[in-house]
Parts: sequence; C-alpha cells; structure tokens
Amino acid sequence: MDRFVRQINLREMGVEGQDRLSNASVLVVGAGGLGCPALLFLAAAGVGKICILDGDRVSVSNLNRQVLYGRKDVGKLKSEVAAQQLSEKYGDSDYHCLPFFLTPENAAEIIEDCDLVLDCTDNFPTRYLINDACVLLGKPFVQGAIFEDEGQIGVFNLPHNDRPACTYRDLYPEPPAGNLIPDCNETGVLGVLPGVIGTLQASEAIKIICKRGEPLAGKIFFLNLYTNESYTLEVSPRPGSSSTIPSDIDELRSRDYGIACRTEVEVSWLTAKKWLESDNSHSVLVDVRNPGERPLMNLPDTLSLPLIDIEKQGGRLEKYDRILFFCKIGQRSLTAVEKMRDLLPDSELYSVEGGVLHPDSPVKATDQWARN
Amino acid sequence: MSIKIKAFGLIAEKMDAREIRVDQTKTTAELKALLHERYPALEKLDFAIAVDRRIVNDNTPLEPGAEVALLPPFSGG
Repeated sequence: MDRFVRQINLREMGVEGQDRLSNASVLVVGAGGLGCPALLFLAAAGVGKICILDGDRVSVSNLNRQVLYGRKDVGKLKSEVAAQQLSEKYGDSDYHCLPFFLTPENAAEIIEDCDLVLDCTDNFPTRYLINDACVLLGKPFVQGAIFEDEGQIGVFNLPHNDRPACTYRDLYPEPPAGNLIPDCNETGVLGVLPGVIGTLQASEAIKIICKRGEPLAGKIFFLNLYTNESYTLEVSPRPGSSSTIPSDIDELRSRDYGIACRTEVEVSWLTAKKWLESDNSHSVLVDVRNPGERPLMNLPDTLSLPLIDIEKQGGRLEKYDRILFFCKIGQRSLTAVEKMRDLLPDSELYSVEGGVLHPDSPVKATDQWARN
Repeated sequence: MSIKIKAFGLIAEKMDAREIRVDQTKTTAELKALLHERYPALEKLDFAIAVDRRIVNDNTPLEPGAEVALLPPFSGG
C-alpha cells in the first residue's frame, strides 16, 4: 500500500496534491526546536526535496525540544544527523544537507533553488535576511518564532485571493535594536511550544504546496500554550516598507545583516581578552604547546595542557563554559578544538588566531595586557 | 468609554498584565504616549500595534470600544 494513502484520501488532496508534494522543494533554515518537528512532518508527508540548513552542532541542552536528536548525537552537526534520521525513516525523499549558516553571500543561491522556505531560525538578523532574499527572488516563506510560552507564525510573500503579498517588514520594518529581545537560551522554553509552532509551519507549507485551505498569508497567528489563547491578525503592506529591502541581489550580498558567525572557531586575541576579563570564572585560556616551549607566557589563570596529552587530560576543562586554546601560530590550537569537541560537547571551544606570534598576543603586546 | 489592550510576549511581561483597560484616547499615538508614561520600560521595545485585529501603520484613529493589541517580535526558534 502507498504510504500516503491516508492523505490522498483527504478531500481537496488526492493524487494531484500528493504529486505536488513530491515535486516540491522546501528549504528549512534552522534544524532546531522549530526545524525538527517541521522537518519530520514535511518528510512524513512526502515533500520530494528537503534542504536542511544549519551550521550548529547538537548540544545536551537542545534535547528537550530538538526531537530529531538524542544523547548519542551530541557534538554532531544538526543538518547531518537530521538528514540521516529522516532518510532512514522516509527514504523516498531527497535530503540535502547544508551544514553551515545562511549568510548574505550564500542566501540567494540556496533560496533560488527551492519553491518555499521555512524560517525556523532563532535570531533576527537571519529572519530579515530570509525575508529580503525571498522577496527579491519571489519565494513564499513560512515564519515561526517563539518567546517563553508564546509562538507566532505567519506566511509572507504570498498573495492569496484578494490579499496582497506581505513581508515581515510590513509587520516589523527594522530589526529591534541590540539584544533587547531575549532568546530561549536565556528565558527557557518547554519543548512542546516549538513542537507545536514548527508543526504548524509544516502544515502551512503543505497547504501552500497543495493549494489547499487557507494559508496564513497576510496574517499572523499568535498562540500562547500557557493560557491556550490564540489571536489572529491581518497584516497589510506598509507604505515605504519595500524601500528597506535591498534593491537587488548584489545589494543583498553586500549588506551587513549583523549575523553572528557561530561556526567560526577562531577568535582574535582582542576578543579573547574581552571574554577573559568579562567572566573570568567561566572562560579559560589553555596553552597547548609543549612544556617549556618559548616564548614563555606568564599570564595568570592560564592552563597548560600540551596537545599530546589533551585527550587524556581534557576532562579537567569540563567546568569551563568557554575554552580558548592557543599555541605558537594557531594551528595546534585548531586541532585541539577538533579533538575536544566530542569530549566537551557543552563547552564553547575556540582557537586563538595567530597564536603567541600574533602581534596582539600577550607576549607581543605586553604593555596592553600588563595594564590589567 | 475605555479601550481593551491585549499585550503579548515581552510587552506583557513588562506591563505585568496580558490585558488591561485604559480610558479612550483619540489615536494610537496618544495611546502609545499614555502607555510609555505608565510603563517606561516599553519605550525601549519595538512592537507592532493592531486595532481590532488589523496591524496599523503609524497613527490611527481609535473608535470607541476598540480592541488594541501590542505585538512584539519573537526571535526564538
């Protein structure tokens, strides 16, 4: 029996609707709390091509809501684990694993290739980038976002019946200033909320692809799981909102959306210094050179852990949230990050660029470091 | 007449209420000024305003008995 028989039997669906799903190509940006349930239902429904974009790795604190991953996946790339899990369950779809983050440089090329985008990201810069790229390329997108016990979901850049297409900028013209809106890493979240909102995103995607039902086009839906209240609002084009969108792909590529590059494992000495000063107890500087290797570094609070011993003794570093490895030129410290990733999945690991020979290193820039 | 105000997300948290009633103001701009005075924390926050479940742009007249919603953007995922 066809695995889609139950949905083919549904009114306004039929073989035609199923064919539309199997010919569709959907990009899911972010394989986290929203992305996991969305991906599961898109794959279960038989969407033909699913692109999974996420440069992040699984950490233990993800597991309460990112239901495609388990303990054994900690430290692995989310997009790779997700693609593998889904292809084991539903081998009849094509999964494209994109293990990096969306940037102004790569956005157009990736989005151009798909029919529909699901914005399952966890930050404003990427949300505005998706909005602008989709508007320029004429792709509809389904956006989901959460805050504590509340979720919001909307379908943008899709005209429907007599309603014109709206963009996220018709609702919120510019990204909010600074870090005024806390994310769920700071405020906490129960897994079921992104579970529900991500599932609704998949539902909207399926409606749009199958041309079935009323998509949330030109609307935004708020849901509060604490009070069980929901609220649907109409959005209309805001005069002048299109002027905040880049005029073409070239302008999009060169615009600074302020996307934090979280895959970047290299940090400068200046950043390292800032971090060490701001929260001494949770960050640590680790020298992975051999004992006695010159130039000597006499910084307080620096641990020495030669690369050859790192796998045996790395457990010592478990109590630190952020670990900054350095060596002579920044090569062995990169190896240290790679070696320690599986052993310390809950810590942020960095390699200090250029090592002690870098002009900004504490050895070279003694005056600057000595002042503190 | 009074206006019903529904608050969402961080706005509700800063107001410490999901729903309040205030005296009728003529426009959304007047209402916003009143809210900023009563809840100074709102001044720093971005939010969209809906009147009777429609997002409004800029200043909009408020009919007696209108329902206003204050909707901040969410970023979590």
